[in-house]
Amino acid sequence: MAKKQKPKLAVWKFASCDGCQLSLLDCEDQLLPLTERIDIANFPEASRAVVKGPYDLSLVEGSISTPHDAERIHQVRRASKFLVTIGACATAGGIQALRNFIDVKDFISIVYATPAYIDTLKKSTPIAEHIRVDFELRGCPINKEQLVEVVSAFLQGRKPNVRPHSVCMECKRRGAVCVMVAHGTPCLGPVTHAGCGALCPAYHRGCYGCFGPMETPNTREMSAAWERLGVKQKDLVQIYRSFNAYAEPFYSESRIHESKIHQG
Amino acid sequence: MSTNSTPETMMGREPSAPMLPRPCTVQRVRQETYDTFTLELAPAAGGAFPFAPGQFNMLYAFGVGEVAISISGDPGRPEKLVHTIRAVGATTKALGHLRRGDTVGVRGPFGSAWPAAAAAGRDLIIIAGGIGLAPLRPVVYHVLRNRQKYGNVVLLYGARTPADLLYTKELEQWRGRFDLDVQVTVDRASASWHGTVGVVTNFIPRARFDPSETVAMICGPEIMMRFAIQEIEEMEVNTDNIYVSMERNMKCAVGFCGHCQFGPAFICKDGPVFSYNSIKTLLNIRGI
Amino acid sequence: MNFPLNRAMMAPRGSVTETALKVGTLRMLEGASLDRLFGALSKRGYRLLGPAVREGAIVFDEINSAADLPAGWTDEQEGGTYRLKKRSDDALFGYAVGPHSWKKFLHPPAERLWQADRKGKTFEVTEEKPDTQKTAFIGVRSCDLHAIAIQDKVFLNGYYVDPLYKARREHAFIVAVNCGQAGGTCFCVSMGAGPKAAAGFDLALTEVCEPERHYFVVEAGTDLGAEILAELPGREVEGREKAAAEDTVASAAQQMGRYMDTTNIKELLYQNYAHPRWDTVAARCLTCANCTMVCPTCFCTTVEDVTDLQGEHAERWQKWDSCFTKDFSYIHGGSIRATSKARYRQWMTHKLATWFDQFGTSGCVGCGRCITWCPVAIDITEEVRAIRQAPQSPKSSPVGDKYGNS
Repeated sequence: MAKKQKPKLAVWKFASCDGCQLSLLDCEDQLLPLTERIDIANFPEASRAVVKGPYDLSLVEGSISTPHDAERIHQVRRASKFLVTIGACATAGGIQALRNFIDVKDFISIVYATPAYIDTLKKSTPIAEHIRVDFELRGCPINKEQLVEVVSAFLQGRKPNVRPHSVCMECKRRGAVCVMVAHGTPCLGPVTHAGCGALCPAYHRGCYGCFGPMETPNTREMSAAWERLGVKQKDLVQIYRSFNAYAEPFYSESRIHESKIHQG
Repeated sequence: MSTNSTPETMMGREPSAPMLPRPCTVQRVRQETYDTFTLELAPAAGGAFPFAPGQFNMLYAFGVGEVAISISGDPGRPEKLVHTIRAVGATTKALGHLRRGDTVGVRGPFGSAWPAAAAAGRDLIIIAGGIGLAPLRPVVYHVLRNRQKYGNVVLLYGARTPADLLYTKELEQWRGRFDLDVQVTVDRASASWHGTVGVVTNFIPRARFDPSETVAMICGPEIMMRFAIQEIEEMEVNTDNIYVSMERNMKCAVGFCGHCQFGPAFICKDGPVFSYNSIKTLLNIRGI
Repeated sequence: MNFPLNRAMMAPRGSVTETALKVGTLRMLEGASLDRLFGALSKRGYRLLGPAVREGAIVFDEINSAADLPAGWTDEQEGGTYRLKKRSDDALFGYAVGPHSWKKFLHPPAERLWQADRKGKTFEVTEEKPDTQKTAFIGVRSCDLHAIAIQDKVFLNGYYVDPLYKARREHAFIVAVNCGQAGGTCFCVSMGAGPKAAAGFDLALTEVCEPERHYFVVEAGTDLGAEILAELPGREVEGREKAAAEDTVASAAQQMGRYMDTTNIKELLYQNYAHPRWDTVAARCLTCANCTMVCPTCFCTTVEDVTDLQGEHAERWQKWDSCFTKDFSYIHGGSIRATSKARYRQWMTHKLATWFDQFGTSGCVGCGRCITWCPVAIDITEEVRAIRQAPQSPKSSPVGDKYGNS
């Protein structure tokens, strides 16, 4: 065991807030055993030291939003044996994918004094639209326990215990009372990918979909249930249009309700 | 079901600790094809592993996971526990990395068996597709050991390509016997293949057996089994004498986890071997 | 129902009882004396689990005394809604079942099955020790007693026995409560599962709230129950009290919020695998799995193999799973039940049809949880009604043996 070279880990940042990378540093107790098993070869958030590739495991944070990044992600793929995207930006385009619903040029001229300096793409897109991705870890931000699980599963060569079912299963397993049924609080749990451990419902809040759509989301019926609880069309547009706005079927569902507003 | 083995001798011998894997040592690894290999195991604590043809074990690769695998060895040699495994998932790949002296966790044997002994006195037609030959090989061993007890014995085996054929040396030996009718075919092949190309069911009408006195045992992809059954039914083999082996997701193998349900049956305890008559209706409904 | 469990090991013998009571004895216990029962159980080392108000619902949790019970609360339940309401009296058990069921304790949402440690080229497996903590379940309704008996069939009555479930089951003392009020989604009467507790309890209480009096009629269901009952400051029940208790249960039976016609229900579903109603319900179904999580009989689990980062230590965990997930039926190449339709059909057909062939009983006890806790109010009684009203021709697939073959 000891003689074998340790696998090399690299962490890459694209358009993102760094929050997901920080989850790795947040692993505290797990971080030391991790460095015994794996060489952290490239992780600018933690250290300026850079070990050359290729890398056995790459964690990619952030979305593709500039022409430069659209090039760079291919280099990352070429340098990586196993590539995992982490967080809503990397897996769904992130909050910055709100630009995908309008013309980005209009924004640039409002925000920047010299729009000509800005080189950006029309859309913010998930990594998997550009390259082959071996595993996607969802969440805004990701759950650090799930990150450790993905890394240890990678080291063992097993499938990570990260399942794509609804948040409701986690909610019920932890014994939380359903906020939607018992309090009439709108909750996206039934259409949202598990992984957070039903954090919000356990604190009596509705889920707002940080982990994006679950495996078989029935957003149409979810929206109908929200409407029965008195939620207006404009709020339905908002709820689907957050960190995972560009993930199907949240993307289409928000457009449906947007067109309903326009129809009056 | 008549094919059920008797619990005393054939089921896992730890009814009160059914989820606990027993360590077994890898005695031998044989690469069968580019993605399929055979493990020969022996209980680390010594002793034998009696099983009936068609039964399966749950094999655990340390730290990776557990998977249901049919026993492909000789029921007459229970001191050797043999499994033929196709590396398609994380656990089967991890099992493929094991070498002589490594340890595998084993539970079982579980499930129902092919009516190999009960078929004595009749003709036997064994139809296998792909890895489906593995759970039928114990039947062949049993029959060869007791050859005089059976009438005509036909083995029809199909695979996708010549590279996917299992047990090629053994197949060659069996083909050389006068008391076995062995036919092998592949779905597609390059010019270097001198054998038959086509689906395995093509052989059925031409095979030598007496439909009124024949037991059929079929294992392979569900679609292949459906076609094979259709052909055999057309030959007027009594549907009571047709047996198939079914596959479903399986986690516990002892009837607790619910995953392997197939209508009212649990594949793990009512199956995997079923008489075709008993599941005829279910086989034709999608998504059961 | 049969509860062939050996309790000899945990029944403390030699405690002083004034009069030896028999199983089946009815006694009157004043409402204020309920704590004496809890005291008697605590003294014997039982951890008390019972109903309590949390997060706007009545859930099952650890309780210490009668003061922790939801006094004066009731629930209003309908498809997809549950609300707590104040009652006009101070009844301690004046509500139907909530989102939790006792499987939370007997068949927990997650439990470790074993651990293994690498030792050179081999590894050592350490079995999980069964939990021998004695627990008393307070306020188990008849539907839930039936549900426990059904899970017993799954985990105890086959060739293989789940040792962890068995230990918890053997160490459980059951205080049943006969329902005095049915919920809006209850249909235990249809399923022959209530509202009166018929078997499977140590003690059964019927709560009677009169303007001037609050008391319980207590029935002993086992020797241990009788022994404890004898220690409580009750007396023989009077005819009037017995009648009042019977009236209470009878009125609950009259109030069932739902009804299901179970005539030949197994055959009905076996003949209707291709019914168009499955498409209709699948269009509504969120496949969120809430129904299976709240169902007191749903027993399906998955296993997760976990490891430490060093790869030296491995564990296997069992977790509640659901037939509404795609993974559930995954075999190499894809899911067998790829559609919501196939998954809903599997769940309902299992509950109401295949369960009979698997375990000799219905898988549904009419508790109504799946109706209340479905976010989009899918109603199993309504689904059965729809199929029954326009069944497919039974001639097309006659029912013969257990697999639906003629």
